[in-house]
Amino acid sequence: MSDTGNKKTSSVPNVTTTPEQANEPSAMSAMRRRVFGHYGIIIGGAILLLIFGMAIFAPYLTNFHPILDQDLSNKMVPPMWHDGPKVNPVHPLGTDLQGRDYLTRLVHGAQISLLIGFAAMLISGVIGTTLGVAAGYFGGRVDMVVNYLITVRLSMPVILVALAVVSLVGSSLWIVIWVLGLLIWDRFAVVMRSTTLQVRNLDYVAAAQAAGCSKFRIIMTEIMPNIANHLIVVATLEMAHAILLEAALSFLGLGVQPPAPSWGLMISEGKGMMFFDPWLVGIPGAALFALILAINLLGDGIRDVTAPENRN
Amino acid sequence: MLKFALRRLGVAVLVALTVSLLTFSMIYLSGDPAMALAGETATQSDIENIRRVYGYDQPIIVQYLSWLGNALQGDLGRSHYLKTDVSEVIFARLPNTMILGGTAITFALILAIPLGVVAAIRPNSIIDRIALTIAVIGQALPSFWFALILIFFLGITFRLLPITGTSSWMNFIMPSIALGYYVTPGVMRLTRAGMLEVLGSDYIRTAKAKGLRPVTVLFKHALRNAIIPVVSLAAVQFGFMLGGSIVIETIFAINGLGFLAWESIQRADLPMMQAIVLVLSIIYILITFLADIMNAWLDPRIRVN
Repeated sequence: MSDTGNKKTSSVPNVTTTPEQANEPSAMSAMRRRVFGHYGIIIGGAILLLIFGMAIFAPYLTNFHPILDQDLSNKMVPPMWHDGPKVNPVHPLGTDLQGRDYLTRLVHGAQISLLIGFAAMLISGVIGTTLGVAAGYFGGRVDMVVNYLITVRLSMPVILVALAVVSLVGSSLWIVIWVLGLLIWDRFAVVMRSTTLQVRNLDYVAAAQAAGCSKFRIIMTEIMPNIANHLIVVATLEMAHAILLEAALSFLGLGVQPPAPSWGLMISEGKGMMFFDPWLVGIPGAALFALILAINLLGDGIRDVTAPENRN
Repeated sequence: MLKFALRRLGVAVLVALTVSLLTFSMIYLSGDPAMALAGETATQSDIENIRRVYGYDQPIIVQYLSWLGNALQGDLGRSHYLKTDVSEVIFARLPNTMILGGTAITFALILAIPLGVVAAIRPNSIIDRIALTIAVIGQALPSFWFALILIFFLGITFRLLPITGTSSWMNFIMPSIALGYYVTPGVMRLTRAGMLEVLGSDYIRTAKAKGLRPVTVLFKHALRNAIIPVVSLAAVQFGFMLGGSIVIETIFAINGLGFLAWESIQRADLPMMQAIVLVLSIIYILITFLADIMNAWLDPRIRVN
């Protein structure tokens, strides 16, 4: 949380919350100004859009297949910024140890990272939000049980348990997604619990109770919309977390299996040749770094623009 | 205080029992453990034999209780692969992981606390912005990739540091950086936020008004109070690091629990895997318990709530 922001906003008239000024255009334009005036959102959004585009249009971006187009006589062609007789403009990012086009593998790898990140985040989000909102809203015994579940979950090392389970159950894309989704719901639960606690006793919830709304309806129409911004922020963090975990699992050989072009797997395959061809490790690692950075920047940005007290 | 400690201890024991149950049930994840152990060429009578020898023919609750009873006495079973006592191997490997975790958290604190303090003294200054940039980049850097970059530059190109093994203290420098840097952003932000809060409080103004030297105010009065939450965060992160060191230990071939876990997974050595998960979880539970007690002791408000 920004610490100096509080003092600043108290002296500046609050644009969105004063009733006279809460009409749509000015609120929206203030929001737009905040969104586009925020470097994090622009940079993060641009990188994420680029990687997302890479993933969607992967088959049309290059003339090669990420797995089938092997050419052992053409392996480890350096990327185009290198000099040498092997450099070939047909392979702008070079080729890997099996002579597969590195750019093709990179853009297809974006599909794997985004799919695993998004799906695992969705699973963990449903579990964690259900537990957290229930704990915060109902309190008492429910809260005790949820807190206990969170403590148990935090006590078990994520990556070790994920590795062990994947090695016992077998590894495929969907097993990795489910194992990660079932493991990383803790932050959703913690944050949703505390934010629900904050809004549970506000007047509009009391008003809905007085109007005779059911508990389910109060949670869905009064609580959820008012904690949604926190939910989105945690969702971005956990998506990044899941992508990093998948890459680590694949790097250790227990995540996505070869010949799939997972970025973690590409780093693992290239690390033996790292001394002579550092770009084999550098390119997929940089892509991974850029993706995580973009998601985190976007998450931080969303937190800043949606929380009025954090505005500069 | 005693009441708080006892209640907290009760929760810790309950959590530890649940973790042990979950760890135990891992053997049923792959289907029939006797069949998996016997291999593909085994006959039906072989499988029956293994089932009887390992006790897989008994009711699951009996199996769990005898496993738990043995674990409580320090007997974590026998390794399928090494054919030795699991606990012996684990306690031989544990020190390396503890050393790595200790040096990694030390590195993180040495880097993060001064940056956080300086950032809090001069909010929105160049140093604050540099610190923030380090935090943003640090959180996006995959640790295994960062480890490979360190190896490439410090180990191979400039030949400054040894790449693998645990033969000298030099071997621990790169792994500590690769494991510890991930914690620095969190510690830094917490230090900065804590210092900003404390520096704006009345007693600091009083101390300044008394004419105390700024350095005394900063370190003796402000930092001492701002550091309390940092200490408990560091304790929790140390626990996470022990569990997360598997990637770093594997890359640097450090003979610790993480590397042992990876080897055991490759060898399908289930008793070893279970024991490692259990031991690391118990250590984590112990660390967080101690951190909570220490916090409640330092800050009486926590006890009441």
